[in-house]
Amino acid sequence: MKLKELESCLQQVDGFEEPKILLEQYPTSPHIAGCMLYTIHNTFDDIQNKLVADLGCGCGVLSIGAAVLDAGLCVGFDIDEDALDIFKGNVEDFELSNIDMVQCDVCSIGSSYAKKFDTVIMNPPFGTKHNQGIDMQFLQTAISMASTAVYSLHKTSTRDHIQKKANDWKVKMEVIAVLSEQQEYKESYAEP
Amino acid sequence: MKLLTHNMLTSHVKGVTKGYPLIIKATEVKVNELEFNAQFVSRMIPKLEWSALIQAAEWLGQSQDLPSALIPDYENDEEFLRKVHRILLEVEVIEGCLQCPESGREFPISKGVPNMLLNEGE
Repeated sequence: MKLKELESCLQQVDGFEEPKILLEQYPTSPHIAGCMLYTIHNTFDDIQNKLVADLGCGCGVLSIGAAVLDAGLCVGFDIDEDALDIFKGNVEDFELSNIDMVQCDVCSIGSSYAKKFDTVIMNPPFGTKHNQGIDMQFLQTAISMASTAVYSLHKTSTRDHIQKKANDWKVKMEVIAVLSEQQEYKESYAEP
Repeated sequence: MKLLTHNMLTSHVKGVTKGYPLIIKATEVKVNELEFNAQFVSRMIPKLEWSALIQAAEWLGQSQDLPSALIPDYENDEEFLRKVHRILLEVEVIEGCLQCPESGREFPISKGVPNMLLNEGE
């Protein structure tokens, strides 16, 4: 599948009807989601036939993309029932069967999923709404869940902080792309 | 909720030491076809708590002669892998609940989604 096809496919994904500001709900744009997933799939081969987790999946753009790229199974995790309802609708519209979802608080997940997933993909909340540090909590949880790599979007302004944390956690961190739209970039975490 | 997902879920109720496996009480179950991939199933098997999977299948009345212990050389047994594929990825709990085996706390499953959120103080 070409990048343009993937992007145009993701444009069909329904977004939030009434985004909850405090949860930092906003849909990942089809362009960013497409670029991210395309790279993960084509450069790193971390989607097809892999067990993928999407933390803070919201309406499911990243999960839908991963499923369309033939993930073995993609499991979405989100705290909000309304978002998961929209995600369900999207899954039905796309007629995908390699998706599952769990309603839970990613920050309370603990280590129950330790290394169970091949890959974790996410566009986590950035911690701008009285929830400072939440992006790092998501990252820490993601790293514990993934056996191969974590692909995540973060603000450029937090890059040094994340690099420092990666060193503390003894995890290799790489900036894969800088996307000027919304000033986000993504990283891959691979266990050394 | 697919059983591959269920195999990973635990109860985090305060004070619970082993909230696993969550007992499945299903009121609606569906079977949704998903393309079989032997390699994927084969790779998932070592990640599973096999006895929990067998129990889950029993709770859903879907045991279908799955062995109670893993057979050696399962990677090359297509018939076996297809059975595992079906139970892990095609059988879905749509409505019901998951019960913590230690505290008895029930986590509802609605429209195929288990709600693992705890209330304050739990």
